[in-house]
Amino acid sequence: MAQMTWLPEPVQGLLRSALVAELTVTRADGRLVTYPLIPLFEGDRIYMTSSVLFSKKLEHIRGDARVSVSLSDPIGMGGATARALIQGDARVIDDDVHEGWLNVMPMWRKKEPVIDWFLTQRVALPLFFERAVIEITPKRALYWADGRTSIAPETFAAPEAA
Amino acid sequence: MNARTGLEKLRSYPYLLLTWRDANGYPITAAVEARIDVDAGTAVVASPVGIGQPSGEISLTGSHIRPTPGYGYDQRRHVTVWGKATQVGGEIVLLASSAWGWDEAEVPFFEYSERSVPRSRRYFTELSGRLGRAVRPQLSFFWLALRATRLPFLSATFVPVLLGILIAAADGSFDLASAVLTVIGGGAVHLGLNVANDVFDALSGADEVNVNPTKYSGGSRVIQYGLVSLRGMALISIVFYAIGAAIGLVLLATRGSTALLWIGLLGILISVFYTAPPFRLVYRGLGEIAVFLGFGPLMLLGAYVVQTRGEISPGAAVASIPIGILVALILYVNEIPDRRADAAAGKRTLPTRWAPETVLRVYAIATGTAFVSVAVGVVLGVLPLPALLVFLGVPLALRVHAGLRRSYNSPYELMPAMALNIQLHLAVGGLLLLAYAATLGLALLLPGVSPFLR
Repeated sequence: MAQMTWLPEPVQGLLRSALVAELTVTRADGRLVTYPLIPLFEGDRIYMTSSVLFSKKLEHIRGDARVSVSLSDPIGMGGATARALIQGDARVIDDDVHEGWLNVMPMWRKKEPVIDWFLTQRVALPLFFERAVIEITPKRALYWADGRTSIAPETFAAPEAA
Repeated sequence: MNARTGLEKLRSYPYLLLTWRDANGYPITAAVEARIDVDAGTAVVASPVGIGQPSGEISLTGSHIRPTPGYGYDQRRHVTVWGKATQVGGEIVLLASSAWGWDEAEVPFFEYSERSVPRSRRYFTELSGRLGRAVRPQLSFFWLALRATRLPFLSATFVPVLLGILIAAADGSFDLASAVLTVIGGGAVHLGLNVANDVFDALSGADEVNVNPTKYSGGSRVIQYGLVSLRGMALISIVFYAIGAAIGLVLLATRGSTALLWIGLLGILISVFYTAPPFRLVYRGLGEIAVFLGFGPLMLLGAYVVQTRGEISPGAAVASIPIGILVALILYVNEIPDRRADAAAGKRTLPTRWAPETVLRVYAIATGTAFVSVAVGVVLGVLPLPALLVFLGVPLALRVHAGLRRSYNSPYELMPAMALNIQLHLAVGGLLLLAYAATLGLALLLPGVSPFLR
């Protein structure tokens, strides 16, 4: 059963509305790399998925689980001007890249309804549908109510990390 | 992408994400506005407040989508520029050193995916090692069989074979069992050829370097995707050829003739050496001629002589010309988007050798010849008058030509023209079948009326 999240309601709202968030991970040489991905949110975790075609990020997460998820694009968040950053620990779930990711489909299709049609075309894009799930456990959240980073954000921390 | 290009692209985003690592080792990101000086190679942003000071290597990322309700989003693009951070007053100056990004308007998603296929193979290798069992991509058997054999292209076999059988029936010869065997045998050889083509294109590297495959070109790609091994595909090809050869032997034994023997042998040789060494016909610009012969005269006349036990009629020979030309043009048009990859792999197809204008002119001449051959056949009295119905296909040919001219350099935009070109073959073949069905019907209903001019 999903745990209740400690993330504040406005941040949860952004996670639910955002079509795209920016996941930042650390490369083996220490460089930070940012990938736009669809954020899926359930219980106390953020989920993202990645095709094996674009699996560099998965390697990076295995090397360093510390990641951040930025919610910054008003256009992709239904016009919301607030912004948030969530730092957390990620793990890659890829013991079943053929079907395992289907668990997050209900959340995915809410944000990208056309994915159901693409799934019917799996024969045309077979590798796109070989996917890993990235599960992120939030540790700290920053929230800019009016989106301006020239003002200090509200900061929230996970209970165990507080 | 170099740093300068990255900075130029960053300028098109309304805000950027400034990213650095915080004291706990986590990435931290803040939305900022930047002043970008491409010539100086710098981007200047105000220091975010209350979340620490960026130092060392930092990055600026621009990211864009356009939401489309009920669909999801499109117009995906993003770019990241890395560089060393310097504090100047209350601002941070990034001196750009490298950049990376993707814009689907510049590199379509399908091409981007194809370019990433080697990465997926490495991932599966690593995953198999980590899980202690072989993991490879999967498709259901039905879809895998469809994809690996390129089953929908069987229409190129069905049209000439059915036409040969129907013309023979109109000429008074028909045997159901051998007709069915001919269809199955022709289909088996065709599927064997499709699969063999993938095997040899994998060995030559032609499919590997092709990052613009389409639904109609670039092979099945099941080997590149790791869905079927090279050895597995070779085995499948051998099995199909063996089925085709076995049926050929049965037909020789039951409906045999010298004509069938030669047609069968020539057909198998052309099919095998289409991509196989030492001849590799398609690599030498002879693919169209091989396909014309194989899927035109040989298929049609082969089916015809099975029914007639060796007799060949001028009507069957003439009818095979437009069918052969139009199926050769399927290959010809499908080679257009593959031309760069083919050239890189030494596959010297006609579109790799000729300028676009020449390719288009030859297409027009070839389609014109296909239609004129039918008219000449009717005038000479070897094709029935209803065969002139094929001229209903002329507008389709004109649309293909216009589509090729319009989208010659865009593999994905060429797809509608490629689809229409396949429909042209089907339409002309279907109309010829209809013409002979009408001829057959007329012979049954009105025996004294001839649908031929002479």
